[in-house]
Amino acid sequence: MSKVMIYGEIKGGKLKKTAFELAGAGRKLADELGGDLGAVVMGSQAEQFASELGKYGVDTVFVVESPELEAYNSEYFAQALAQVAKDKQPEILLISHSMQGKDLAPRTAAKLGVATIADCISFRLDGNKLVGKRPMYAGKCYAEWVANGSPQMASARPNVLKIEESPKAGAVEKIAFTPDAGRKTYVTKDLVLDTSGKVDLTEAEIIVSGGRGMGGPDYALLEEMAGIFGPTATVGASRAAVDAGWRSHSDQVGQTGKTVTPNLYVACGISGSIQHLAGMGSSKVIVAINKDTEAPIFTKADYGIVGDLFKVVPEFNKELKVLLAE
Amino acid sequence: MKSLVCLKQVPDTETQIKVKPDGTGIVTDGIKYVINPYDEFSVEEALRLKEKFKAGEVVILTVGPDRCTEAIRTALAMGADRGIHVNDESLNDADPYSIAQVLAAAASQEGYDLIFCGHRAIDDDFGEVGAMLAELLQLPQVTLVTKLEIADDTQSAVVERDVEGGKEVIEVPLPCVLTSQKGLNEPRYASLPGIMKAKKKKIDKKTAADLGITSERKLAPTEYTMPPERKAGKKYEDMEPAEAAKIVVEALRSEAKVI
Ligand SMILES: Cc1cc2nc3c(=O)[nH]c(=O)nc-3n(C[C@H](O)[C@H](O)[C@H](O)COP(=O)(O)OP(=O)(O)OC[C@H]3O[C@@H](n4cnc5c(N)ncnc54)[C@H](O)[C@@H]3O)c2cc1C
Ligand SMILES: Nc1ncnc2c1ncn2[C@@H]1O[C@H](COP(=O)(O)O)[C@@H](O)[C@H]1O
Repeated sequence: MSKVMIYGEIKGGKLKKTAFELAGAGRKLADELGGDLGAVVMGSQAEQFASELGKYGVDTVFVVESPELEAYNSEYFAQALAQVAKDKQPEILLISHSMQGKDLAPRTAAKLGVATIADCISFRLDGNKLVGKRPMYAGKCYAEWVANGSPQMASARPNVLKIEESPKAGAVEKIAFTPDAGRKTYVTKDLVLDTSGKVDLTEAEIIVSGGRGMGGPDYALLEEMAGIFGPTATVGASRAAVDAGWRSHSDQVGQTGKTVTPNLYVACGISGSIQHLAGMGSSKVIVAINKDTEAPIFTKADYGIVGDLFKVVPEFNKELKVLLAE
Repeated sequence: MKSLVCLKQVPDTETQIKVKPDGTGIVTDGIKYVINPYDEFSVEEALRLKEKFKAGEVVILTVGPDRCTEAIRTALAMGADRGIHVNDESLNDADPYSIAQVLAAAASQEGYDLIFCGHRAIDDDFGEVGAMLAELLQLPQVTLVTKLEIADDTQSAVVERDVEGGKEVIEVPLPCVLTSQKGLNEPRYASLPGIMKAKKKKIDKKTAADLGITSERKLAPTEYTMPPERKAGKKYEDMEPAEAAKIVVEALRSEAKVI
């Protein structure tokens, strides 16, 4: 019996990295509880991912395959996940706090009559109770939370938990699922995806952000920097840049945008308002490029360059190219 | 269109959060409270629908202590018709499931074509209530909505929502629960006549018992802490851009080890 269960999200025909992050955390919890780690994968063709999950510590992979699960739909996916949870009775159920997870976790939780400790950055056990640590007020403070229901559900912030190999059986158990058609749901008419392969802000390892100091919608310098860093890097913005219409609202970092925790955050022409700092203050390393030596961003930056970004960034990109080409 | 707007009052985003010395919560003295920014988008969208269809009602639904009356009044001053304020000590700092239960009970007594929530409250950052409310009422949910178009027969809507790396266009039957995301609209300000009118609008007070709810906590915080203090690091000033860039790029590799 799986004491701990994770949900492995599939995207674009692949398991997302978050699935392995959850497997790492789930494995540790399962070992401490002295039980198995299970994983649930759902889709029209999900079985192929079992061995991959086994490599990262999963004992049993519960595969729910159904034509209704071809494309993500909150009602059907929540039905399927809740069914597996009811059937297999894990003590702990972990989901990623990804864009899909944010939609799926609360609906599944409500079907199970519990709530989710959302957006955790670490987990531990207190006796056999799950304790999840999570940022609140966009990172202005943290709190540890416990869940009283069963299963104890939690979601984990992408990109924070460590991935560790730990070969296990990865045995497959297929689960039959027929959606309850009595429940009304929506139909997806169109899915417009950015095909550049750009990672989402919340999952990027490196973020290059531009603020009002960019002076206009031309972000080519920052796009170039992200491009040099490679596919795990992406471009963000301050609210000032978003409100000016220079960048899309989904690029906004901050208390009313996205809370991010990349390894590296490069802030260009961003002053460092309280709302912006809340959203990116827990980045591992912060670089600030700003022409105002008094800008508050410098009080949080590990490396600050005082200067005109239009002069500094091109040089920065040049140096990066040389270094990363080596 | 009759819209219910679930509205939470939260600390202003300018608030410098401090944790109590005993770690049981945050220091609330001196906090200025405002409407959760995402809930303002909801109020605006609901008002626009009422204006467009020239019929219906916008009802504000809030769970929280006395201070929340101000947030409800602000929404009424924007143009909402009336408020329902569930004010019950047993629900202070309740978890998202308990809040969703209360909202579901209140919504069921009201009737609705649409229910709006914010996609996330910027204080506790759970982002759960909308989807939970939808499930409890057995309604479809559409989260992270950035565009809403109601069909002329008011039986369905075409909705745009944020997904990872793009957007999704959805057709959903009404009634349903929508959660508002930035980009949906620009909320209006309360006008002076609006503020005057709001004083006469009705706010129904309810308790958990009125709604038949006995709150049983599904989640509880155990300890609040402050994030590790970030200190200013190295700053390169009065230097040639090329030189500063070279030093920092090299430090990112050899010292910080992030590239
Ligand atoms: C309710 C609410 C919610 C908010 N939520 C958010 C949020 O989620 N995220 C967010 O970011 N903000 C948010 N804000 C806005 C926030 O208060 C600031 O207004 C905003 O962050 C400022 O953006 P900025 O740093 O780009 O612009 P500014 O503060 O104008 O700073 C621009 C900086 O660029 C520098 N600069 C100018 N030209 C150059 C140049 N050529 N080279 C180098 N440097 C240059 C300047 O020195 C300055 O420091 C919110 C505000 C409110 C009221
Ligand atoms: N106490 C409350 N009263 C009314 N609505 C609430 C309350 N708490 C949360 N909500 C609604 O649920 C949304 C998401 O909240 P949360 O799940 O707490 O992040 C908010 O934007 C509100 O629309």
